[in-house]
Parts: sequence; structure tokens; C-alpha cells
Amino acid sequence: MNEHKVYEHEVTEHGVTERPVSETSLQRRLRAPWRGLGLWLRSIPATFVGLWFAAVVTLVGGFVGILLFPSATMALRRQLDGYREKIERWTGHPIERPYLPEPAREPGVKGSVRRSLALARDPATWRDYLWVLADPFVALFTAALPALLIGYGLWGYAVAAFAGKLITNYGGNDWYAYVHVTDGYGHDTGRIASTLVVATLLIAAGFLLGPAMMRVYGRWGRSVLGPTEKSRLALRVRHLTESRSDAVDASAAELRRIERDLHDGAQARLVAMGMSLGAIEHLLDKDPEKARTLLAQTRESSAKALHELRDLVRGIHPPVLADRGIGDAVKALALDHPLQVEVVAELPARPEPPVESAAYFAVSEVLTNAAKHSGASRVWVDMRHERGMLRITVTDDGRGGASLDGGTGLRGIERRIGTFDGVLALNSPVGGPTIVTLELPCALSSPKTSPS
Amino acid sequence: MRVVLAEDLALLREGLVSLLETHGFEVADAVDNGPSLLKALVDHRPDVAVVDVRLPPSFTDEGLQAALEARRRIPGLPVLVLSQYVEQLYARELLADGTGGIGYLLKDRVFDTAQFVDAVRRVAAGGTAMDPEVISRLVASNTRDTPLSRLTPRETEVLELMAQGRSNAAIAEQLVVTERAVTKHTANIFAKLDLPVTDDTNRRVLAVLAYLNR
Repeated sequence: MNEHKVYEHEVTEHGVTERPVSETSLQRRLRAPWRGLGLWLRSIPATFVGLWFAAVVTLVGGFVGILLFPSATMALRRQLDGYREKIERWTGHPIERPYLPEPAREPGVKGSVRRSLALARDPATWRDYLWVLADPFVALFTAALPALLIGYGLWGYAVAAFAGKLITNYGGNDWYAYVHVTDGYGHDTGRIASTLVVATLLIAAGFLLGPAMMRVYGRWGRSVLGPTEKSRLALRVRHLTESRSDAVDASAAELRRIERDLHDGAQARLVAMGMSLGAIEHLLDKDPEKARTLLAQTRESSAKALHELRDLVRGIHPPVLADRGIGDAVKALALDHPLQVEVVAELPARPEPPVESAAYFAVSEVLTNAAKHSGASRVWVDMRHERGMLRITVTDDGRGGASLDGGTGLRGIERRIGTFDGVLALNSPVGGPTIVTLELPCALSSPKTSPS
Repeated sequence: MRVVLAEDLALLREGLVSLLETHGFEVADAVDNGPSLLKALVDHRPDVAVVDVRLPPSFTDEGLQAALEARRRIPGLPVLVLSQYVEQLYARELLADGTGGIGYLLKDRVFDTAQFVDAVRRVAAGGTAMDPEVISRLVASNTRDTPLSRLTPRETEVLELMAQGRSNAAIAEQLVVTERAVTKHTANIFAKLDLPVTDDTNRRVLAVLAYLNR
């Protein structure tokens, strides 16, 4: 269960996929009316926050209003985040936060003014206000309706049982639906029977309508609380800008590493070999024995240079990955791994090469982590392609307690697969096991040929 | 002894042809791509094939695939695979049928002509020639294996040479010890790893490789 929670959260936060709902439809039917009622009652605190926001807006011409506007906006956003979370949990449809990137806090009046202006310019701020104004009425006729029907049905039972008699005893009269509760109601079985029938029908309708009303309410929530097309695009642009600069940084660092490796390794060895060959040429006539020794050393140098180049190339693009794709490449990785690694790959074809390579290096790093930190003896890797996603799960039987920020490099992996809109989810309770799940959206294609 | 050769770089192919011919091999065919390799192997049925892993047209492991396919059609066909890289995964696939006559060497082993020609002859005779790098990585990834950790350093050394496919005489020469000492070491190794004792060098190598490849 815990495992699911983490995964659900991670994935929906990025709006990648729907959350798997883990309750039966009967349970949902029984719970939906009370959830709807809860959502409606939420509008009471929300209305207060909304009133405060409105009051601040009327003051906005003055100094105090400018100072208070950001905090009031933020209070409103926090309040509505509660709605987003509940609607997501109960309808299974995530609602992304629609807000434009928040302006940085700056000191002084000028900073406050700028911040207020930026927040006021975000259409989501005003859509929030619209929500607070309209939601109590919308919720009353959608989410809260089933619970109210059930409540009225229960009142019908009460009327039939004793309340009707009480009302008439004290000389009053009332209506229950179309049934007039007047003198003699307590003895009129016809009217009591109609009351019971109506009440039962209302309760049944309440439970039957519950999930549907929740869906309708969810749609309302998404349309007002979710991002508009424009803000969605703005958020997307921000994400792409960030991940692009991460990708550029990462590849620049990679190039620097390759340059350094070549400079200190193969290049230096070739220089040394050139010098040795010069010396050998010189010694050939004078001291053939010495020349022979130097030749042997030079050959060894050339073997070492080749070895280093091979390791370097393996780090850039492993041969098995190029030949066979990620399935066999991870199997090859598992064979060289100090822990016992079992690999299951169910991939009918190969992902796009850049995605494949990113996924491979991510798995490789997760496996290295497992060997270094987990204390595990066995690791299981599962790779499959489902619903347009390459999904890789790495499970180890180690001591658990891993975190994204514990210097384990998981944050780095997350950033790198982020370039491809991939997400990483970690579930590592203390005592283990640790489960790392990677998901990368990608299409499968046949292997592309490239010259060696 | 007839050889079929597959290598896509013309310079290296010609070098290998002349190297093999000067050592008394007859090069039946020298090809430069996967499909013609398979055809040449099936048509000529050579005594041994020397094959580069990466070949056109796909420039993936085409040579390896062709060699494996040829061995499926002609069981026991001796194949020596050369590669810029050695991969345990590929070594495993080559050894999978357990019939021997398999070599898997880094391309730069060709520089040491005597050793290389020896390896080709060994494979042609149904023996095994595994690159030292494959074996050392194989042993390294078995560090958690308890019987293996009971071997003395010298025995581990002998085990690695044995897994490469060397005979007792060759191992003795390499380690500068007597052949009797090597025989004693191998007996110890087989006892510690609980492997069936056999005098046949090829069967012995395959047993060791199968053990390491578990």
C-alpha cells in the first residue's frame, strides 16, 4: 500500500498517468455521498478565505492592500490545493496546479508591488476566486446532492416512525415530498406507506447517484482549478527550459570527462610510445638487447592504451546496447555485477536510441547504488513497455531507508531521465526492500543501423 | 587446415589472411558481411571459422549471430570470434551448447602471433580459447561463491588459465612450474569445486566454464 502511495504521488505530480484506484465499485458507491458532503462543507472555510481575499482586493489601491495581497493569494491557493488533492484522490483524475511560476520574494515596498502585480496578472488567481464564489452552489447541486437526498430519506423514515405523529400532536402540519403531514397522519397507513416508499427511493437514488455526481464535480473542479491551455503551455515551457539546461549541462560535463580521460590516458600513452619508438630507433644498432626490452614495454603500452579506449567507449555507448538493445544490455550488466541480479525484459522492440541509452545508464546507476549502499544480496530488474511507457523496476532485498537526497545520486538520475519526461519513484522503507521505478514515455521501434 | 574468415575492415582482413597463410592455413573464403559469412560457413564447412562480431549490413552483432546460426546447422563447427570488446553475455551464448570448439578473443590478441595461431589451432581441434579478460571478469563476478573463495591465489591463477582453454603443459610454461605441480593444482581445484574429474582437456575446460557461468 505504502508502495502504491509513493508511486501514485510521484507520477501524478507530473501528470503522467492516471492513478490506479484501489477500491471496489461498491465501496466507492457507499463512500461517494459522504465524500461529496465533505467537499461541500469545505466551502465554509474556503468562503472565509475568499472573503478575506475580496477584502484585500478592495484595499489594493492602498499600501496595506499591496502588502497583504500576496499572502491572501497564497492562502487561497493553499485552500484550493486541498480541493485538488481530494478531487484527485476520489475521482482518480489528477488536477495540475495551474499557477504560473511564482515570482521571487524581494524585500521592500517595490518588491511587494512587483510580487502583487505578478500574482494579479496570473489568471489562475482570479479563477481561484471564481471557484470560491461559485463552488458552494455548484457543490450543493452536484457533489453534496446524494448525501442530501439520503439525509432527506432518513428524515422520511423518522416522519413515518414517530416525527409525523409528534408534528400533528402539537397541531402543526408539514409536507414530506408530496405527502401532507396533517391531523390523522399517524393513523393513515396509506400516507405512511407512501412516505416510506419515497424515503427508500431517495436513499437508493443517493447511493446510486454518488459516483456519477462525484465525476460531474470532478469535471467542474478540473475546468476551474486546473490549468487553462495557456498556463499549461507556460508550465510546459518552463519544464522544458529547465530540463533542456540540465541536459546541456550533463552533456557538457560528459564531454569534459571524455576529454580529460583521453588527455590523461590514451593520448599520454601514445606520446610515451612515440618517444620510446624514437629511443628504440636510436638504440637498435648500439644496444639491440635494450631495444628489445623497450619494444616489449611499448607493446604493453599500446595494449594499455587500447584497454583504456575500450573502457571509455563502453562508458559512452556500451557495445551490447548498440547491438541488442536495452534488454540484453542490462542482462550483460547483470553478469558483470557483484550482486546476484535477475533480469526480466518484456520488450517486443527497441525504444528510440536516446531514450534507450538514458534508461540504460539510469538502470546501471541504480544497480551501482544497490551494490554500494543497500547491503543487498539479490536484485531483480523488470523491464516492460506498457501504455506508451518504458517501465523499469529495480528491487533489492537490502536494508532500505534510501532517500532521493541522501547523496545516492538518485536525484541526478531523476534529472537526466527528466529530459525525456521520465519520472523516478523511490520506495524504500527502513528494513527494505528498496524499489526504484523508472518510467519513460517512448514509442518502440525496430533497431536502427549505424556504421561501426 | 581450411579457414573461413569474416572481417569488414579490408586492411585487417588482408592482414589476417596473410597471417593465417604463412602459418600453413588454407583460407577457403574471406568475407565482409553477415549473410555471406553464413553462406560461406555452410558451403565450405571449414575446419575453423575466424569471425568478427560486428559486421555489415547492420553493424551490430551480425558476425556472432551468423556463427551461432551456422553452429545450429553444423553442430560443433569450430568458431573463433574476434571482437573489439568482450562481453560475458556473448561468451555465454557461444558456450551454451556445451560442445566446445569455441574461441572468443579480443582483436588485439592478434598482435601476439604465436598465441593467436595457437588459439586458432586449439579451437579447430575442438578446444576452447577464452580471452583472459572474459575469464577474469567471470571470476570477479563470482566473488560471493564460497567454494571459489576457498581456492588459494595460485589455484585461482591456474583456474583462470584453465578456463581460457590452456593445456596443463601450457599452464606450466606460463607459470614457470612443472607440469606435475599443475596437475596437483587442477586436482585440488576440481575437488574444491566438486566437479567430476576427467583427463580430457576439452571436457575439463567446459566443466570449469559451466561452473563459472552458473
